[in-house]
Order: sequence, then structure tokens, then C-alpha cells
Amino acid sequence: MFFKFLFRRLFYVIPMLLITTLVVFSLILLIPGDPALALLGDNATEEKLTLLRAQLGLDQPIMLQYWSWLTHAVQGDLGRSLFTGEFVSEAVFSRLGVTFQVVATAMVISFILGLLFAITSVIKPNSWIDYLARFFGVLGTAIPNFWLAMILVVIFSVNLGWLPATGFTSITEHPVGFFKSVLLPAFCLGSFGAAQITRQLRSSLLEVLESDYIRTAYSKGLLLWPVIWRHGLRNALLPVVTTAGLLFGNMLGATVVIESVFAIPGMGQLAVHSILQRDFPMLQGVVLIMVLMILIINFITDVIYGMLDPRIEFE
Amino acid sequence: MKNREKLLEVKHLQACFPTQRGEVKAINDVSFSIDKGEIVALVGESGSGKSVTALSVIGLNTPSIKYEKNSDISFKGKNLISMKKKQMKKIRGNEISMIFQDPLSSLNPLHPIGRQIAEPIQLHQGLSYIKSREKVIDLLKKVGIPEPEKRLKDYPHQLSGGMRQRIMIAMALACNPSLLIADEPTTALDVTIQAQILNVMRELQKDTGISILLITHDLGVVAEMADRVLVMYGGEIVEEGDVFSIFQNPKHPYTEGLLSSVPKLRGASENRLRTIPGTVPNPLELPKGCNFQTRCSYATEQCSDLSPQLVSNEMNGKVACWHPLEKVNKKVTNFV
Amino acid sequence: MRYRVIVQRLYHEKLAFISLVYLLFLVVLSIIAPLIVPYDPEAQDLTNVMAAPNWAHWFGTDELGRDIFTRLLLGGQAAIQAGMIGILIPLFIGVPLGIISGYVGGVIDDIFMRVVDAMLSFPAILLALAITGALGVSLWNAMIAIGIIFTPQFARLARGQTLQVRREPYVEAAKISGSGASWIMLKHILPNIASPIIVQASFSFSLAILVEASLSFLGMGAQSPQISWGGMLHQAYSMIFVNPLMMFFPGLAILVSVLAGNFLGDGLRIAIDPKIKRT
Repeated sequence: MFFKFLFRRLFYVIPMLLITTLVVFSLILLIPGDPALALLGDNATEEKLTLLRAQLGLDQPIMLQYWSWLTHAVQGDLGRSLFTGEFVSEAVFSRLGVTFQVVATAMVISFILGLLFAITSVIKPNSWIDYLARFFGVLGTAIPNFWLAMILVVIFSVNLGWLPATGFTSITEHPVGFFKSVLLPAFCLGSFGAAQITRQLRSSLLEVLESDYIRTAYSKGLLLWPVIWRHGLRNALLPVVTTAGLLFGNMLGATVVIESVFAIPGMGQLAVHSILQRDFPMLQGVVLIMVLMILIINFITDVIYGMLDPRIEFE
Repeated sequence: MKNREKLLEVKHLQACFPTQRGEVKAINDVSFSIDKGEIVALVGESGSGKSVTALSVIGLNTPSIKYEKNSDISFKGKNLISMKKKQMKKIRGNEISMIFQDPLSSLNPLHPIGRQIAEPIQLHQGLSYIKSREKVIDLLKKVGIPEPEKRLKDYPHQLSGGMRQRIMIAMALACNPSLLIADEPTTALDVTIQAQILNVMRELQKDTGISILLITHDLGVVAEMADRVLVMYGGEIVEEGDVFSIFQNPKHPYTEGLLSSVPKLRGASENRLRTIPGTVPNPLELPKGCNFQTRCSYATEQCSDLSPQLVSNEMNGKVACWHPLEKVNKKVTNFV
Repeated sequence: MRYRVIVQRLYHEKLAFISLVYLLFLVVLSIIAPLIVPYDPEAQDLTNVMAAPNWAHWFGTDELGRDIFTRLLLGGQAAIQAGMIGILIPLFIGVPLGIISGYVGGVIDDIFMRVVDAMLSFPAILLALAITGALGVSLWNAMIAIGIIFTPQFARLARGQTLQVRREPYVEAAKISGSGASWIMLKHILPNIASPIIVQASFSFSLAILVEASLSFLGMGAQSPQISWGGMLHQAYSMIFVNPLMMFFPGLAILVSVLAGNFLGDGLRIAIDPKIKRT
């Protein structure tokens, strides 16, 4: 039954994959005029132009171009960088780990802060922490993350000197260094998510705590904490699971800004560089891999939701 | 005959809720008691204060409720109102438990029913789920659920309404409490299922000798179940008596009104169904004198001057009315 | 008549009303800014660089001695334009597509929704960045990209609302009386689904400001000498070790404007449907 459900969800992912790849591919159609000329610049030789056209498949009909791009992509061949000549797939995958570490930490921070704020504000309504949580919920969704990053760099790097302003250390290299280097970027990335989770969990917890089964739990003799822990939180977290999936995509996108601010060699920075260098295959590769990651995460959140809520039939 | 040992004694219970438009008096000087093994029905329309009264006994009213100083609820000699949360926790679900109107929304949709029934056992008897499993199966058998072993892992949404209420009953009886509060236990169910649930409750009452406080507006349920009846109106108890005298010889005009608004099979042609005119008074604007005066066909000037007190009558019951009804002949006689 | 009620209710949502006033003020200010600014935004004064706020330069000067207050006022233009284009493109492309898809239904609707779902699975900023990259880096292209990335959301919203409204008696009546499909969509469906779209537009306005600032910060939007708050922050970032104060006002301007759009959206939602809960 469960595998049937998995299979059906996977089946839904396939058309999504086709369309998203089509969108990624179509980016090249947006380039005004002759893409080869636009990519290489005005003083490119005719020789080089023909070579690039052949390399990008621009001399073929569009559907054929897409087909050959897609079949190559499926085999892991995303072309070569126009700038350095390295394989796009290698460049992207070498940066995947960095971005994943940053985003995963940001996710953890979002959840820790979100849970903390939401629960305390629900338990102590109209207390200072409730007001703080609500203030945070409003501010966190509006503050430009790169501005937040700059403020934190001024405080923690420039003035206090506690954390590095730029750079990244992988967790496999040096766990403490990783923690130090990831804290600021992950917090800036996660503050939006934390605010979203705070807002949503707070309102869904308030709603759940009004429900009849919470009254039943009290009537069994449970006190506030066990009631929240065993009967409130899991029910209130259900809608947050879906949000978490969306947040992941959001954070992945925001890495283009945050990784640039903190000079983190991840996918976001690669995306920005490839645009500035007009390295089109590289840009397509980054976008494609990010969307793939998002589709996978959406699939996982769907499955988690299905496992958490017994009312969802796997049939 | 039952041994007349008092289990619960409520004295001068008076409570109000703060609202934006001032304090609302939810219940006013309510006193009653429940004996061991007795089934007492608390009857009234919605807003009469019957639910607030019941929730006061188990301490589940909203925290904003304020009890008047001399309010007293003593259960097995312990005062429940002044009791600390930690102590109250040991009583709830252990010695006093409760079942509610809508079993679907009262069960947690995300937990299997076996775990939900086991929860009070785990909490109050310190058993693990594995060890409480036998007890749970036993409970499920008692409330008439077939193949209980297979049901343990079912979720509430997979069961029928009647089954769910049986689950609620099993959960409430898990720790062998001495008092069960049943708040409209059959209202949300189909008529055919209602009878089954009442049967289950009666059987279990006989087996365990538990006392039941039954809250309902359904006089059919009262006739089926109750030993004694309390009639509430406007936050006060207006009449009290054993079930036979209440049904045969109501003293309070409100009780009479309630009874005559119940459809009867026999005599339907001679007695058209009557309803009580008007609605329950707004608790913010209670009239001076008797709360029922505006809807009462026997009301006199006296009724709008002074509230009647609950006084004992010759039928071993009590009534709060200046003009209690006479036996059979329901003519008004002013005996003051 | 109905809209007057909504405006009245909005007036009672204090925060939303103040936000509306602020945003209108910002629009007017960005239009008249070139006339009222105290300095030439490009006028360098190398004897007076990175000055702290003072009477001559209210918000101080940047690393070239240019007046930050002047540049902030002029930078508002880019933000407002981005906000406007960010909602106009979806309104004129996404909403009609959504209405048609919902009204016509069938295979067209299925395909359309798949495409919208796929578009929405792209992170907004990344897609905006990629589109800008393809079109060529400029402020104008960044704004178009922002408009494109918001289009699927509006299309989905319009479609969902249309599905609800489509079966209403007045639509059925119009059909029976022989009105054409485009007439029904324009005269009966559009006015009845306008409210949630207006709410969405308010949120999108502030998000557009945020995305424009992000793109300009990355150097993908406003190019010098164009002024934008994001670009000013980019400049401030390069001076972060020298003069951290430079980043204060442009960031605050973005924050306040985004907040205003969000508050307005919240207020509009309540004004349109007072039954919904406040959170």
C-alpha cells in the first residue's frame, strides 16, 4: 500500500521533471539576438562562433536541441563551462555539498527558533516572549537577508571578532571551523524560515489547543507540557511539514545572495558567477540541479506528511 | 437498596467568566450531591450552566473562570476547587473521568486508539504500553468491541461513530474511576446507536458500581438512565427529585415545560406538542427575581421581586418556585 | 459600493492604513524626487567622504562624498518601479491565463496547471537571476524577470478563484442568456475574483522590492549610474570594514517598504473578509 503511494507520487514527479527541464532549457531562448554572439561578445571570431553554436546545438531545430540536451543531461552530461572548460556536472556537484551543509544548518536553525518561539508564545500568551515571537515573525519575513548578513558581520566579525566574515570550512575538514563559518550565513538564510515557522506553528498550535481532543487529554490527567508534547505538537506540526518543503526551495534560492555575501563556494555563488561570466551551460546546470533537489525534497515532505497523518490513505 | 454514601458534594458553587462586557455569572449557588453508585442527570437547555457545572467538578473550565469564595466541591472529602494542579492531576482520569459529546473530535486523529486508551493507565499506574495492553484489550471487550486485538492499531477515523464513543468510554473507565461525567454522550450519534451506547453505560455501571453525572438535554436519555434528576435553568438548579417524581409530578413550571415538549407516542392526539415560549435569558441581563418569570405562564408579581430558594418538598425532592405545581391538578395555588 | 466598505474597514486597520499612506507617499516621492533632492546624486565631494549624518548631509555621505539622502530618495524610484512591474506583468498575463484555464477546464487546464506547478518549484530569486542572466544584465530586465517569476502564483490564484465562481448562479444565468465566454470572464468572473488578487498584489509588491534589491545587490539589477537601494547596499558592503554606518539607511528603507506592503496585505485580507482570524 505504502509502496503504491510512493509509486504514484513518483509518477506525478515525472511530468514535473519534464516541464522544469524544459523551462531550464528554454532560458537559452530568452537570450536576445544570436546567443552565440551574445555569449562570446562582439569581437568573437566566426570560427569560435560556429564552434559554440555546434557545442550548444544552436544549429539544430529547437525540439531537437531540447531532446539532445535532455538525453545528455540524463546521462549526467551537462556540457562544459564556456569559461573554464571544466565539466558542468563536476563543477556543480563539487559545490553541492557546501550548499547542502549551509542550507541544512539553516533549516535546523529555522526549526529550533520556530519551535522555541511558537511554543513559548503559546504557553505564555501576551508575555514578553509572546510579543518577541510575534515581532520576530513579522520582521523575519521582511528583512532583506543580505542586510541582516551585513549587520551581523559588523557586530560579530568586525566589532567582536568572534566569527569569520567570509569563507567556509566543510564539516568533514574541521567541525569547529565549520560551525564558526556556517553560523552567520545559516542564521541569515534561516531567519526567514524561522519567522515563517513561528507564525504558522503559533497559529496552528493555538488552533489545536482549542480542539476537543486536547480537552480529552486534560481529562485523562495530563498537564500542560505532556498535553502539548504528546497531543498538541504533532498535530500542529502537520501543516509545518508542507511549509518546510517550500522553505527548503526558498533557502536554496536565497543561497545565491547569502553565498555571495559570505564568499561561500557553493552553488549559489556559482550561479552568480556564471551569469556575470555569461557561462550559460554552467547556469543551466546549477538551476537544473537546484530544481532537482527541490523536487526531491517536495517528494520527501509528501511522504513524511503521509506517514504523520494516518487520515491520508496510501491507496 | 444502595448504600447512601456520598461521593461528591457540591455546595454553593458560584462561578463567573470575565468578558469584554463585564463578568458573566455562569452558575449561581449550585448545590447537589451524588451518592456512590448513583446516576444523576443534569438537565437543561444549552446555556443553562450544566456544562460549566460538570467541568467544574473535573476542573476543566477555561482558566479564566472565577469561583466565588464559599464555593465548595468535595470529592471523597477532598476539596477540588482549592486543590493544586499536581494533586488534581492524580484525580483526573483516575478517580473522575469524562466522556464528551463528539467522539470523533474528542479523540486525537493521529494516535492509534490502543495508545489513547492506554494513556491514563500509563500515567496513573505507571505501566508501560506493552504491560497495559492486556488491560486495554479487556476494556475494549467490556465496551463491546469485537476482535479488540485487531482494533488496537486502528485510528479514530477508521471507526464508526458508535465505536468511537465506546472507545471514549473504555478510555474513561481505564483506571476504574469512581465518578464518570458524561457530557451529552449520545447527542452526536444516530438514534439506533444511542440506545446501544446507553446500554453499554448501564451495564458497566452495574458491573463497576461507578457513579455517573449525566449531562443531557434529552429527557428520553434521562428516563432510560437516571436515578435522580437535577433541572438547571439560568445557572441555577430549579428542581431536584428522583426520576419517577420528576416525570410523573414535576413541581417547577420549567420542568413541566421540558416534559411537555417531549413528543410522546401515546396520547399524541389529545396533547399537542408544546414548546416553552421565549429563549434562555442572557446571562448578562438576568432579571430581578425568578430567572424563569419571563417565560412562565404562572408568574406573578412576587416572582419578579424575589428569587425563590430551593426548598425541600413532600416528595423528597426540592424545587425553587413561588408557585410549585400541585399533583395532577396543575392549578396555581398561592400558598404564601 | 462594496469597495467603499472595504476602504472603510481598511481605515480601521491602523497599521495597514498607515502602510498604505506610506506607500502612496513613497510613490509620490519617487516621482518628484529629481525635483526636490538637495544634491546632484553623482556630485562627488572627495573632501567629505563617508561623513556621519549631519545638518548638511542628513544621512551622511558615501565613499565618494555623494549625499546618501539624495541617493536614497532617487533609489526609491527603482524600488517602486520594480514593485509596479512586479505586479503589472502578473496582472496582465497571469490573471487572464488563470481565468481562462479555470473557465475552460479540461486538458488545457491540466497542462496549464502542470506548467504553473513546475514554474513554482523554482526558487523565485534563482529563476529571476537566471532570466536576468539570459536577457542580459540590466535593471529593466531584472524587473521583467521579477514580473515573470510572480506570474504563475497569480495564475494559480485566479484559476482557483475562477473554479469557485464559475458555478455561481449569475455566471450560469449569463451563459443561458447567451453571453460569450470572453464577456462572462471579463464582466462576471474578473470582478468577483478581484479581492484575493488585490491582496496577493500587495504581498507581491513588497516581495518585488525585496527581489529587486537582492538582484541589484548582486550586481544583476541597477547598473551605475542607476541608483537602487540594493546597489547602495552593495557599495556599503565593500566599505563594511571602513564605515559600517553606510548600510544603515538603504537597508532600513527596504525593510520599511517591504513591511508596509506586508501590513497592507494583511489589512486588506481582513478588510475584505472580516471573518478570518488574526494571527
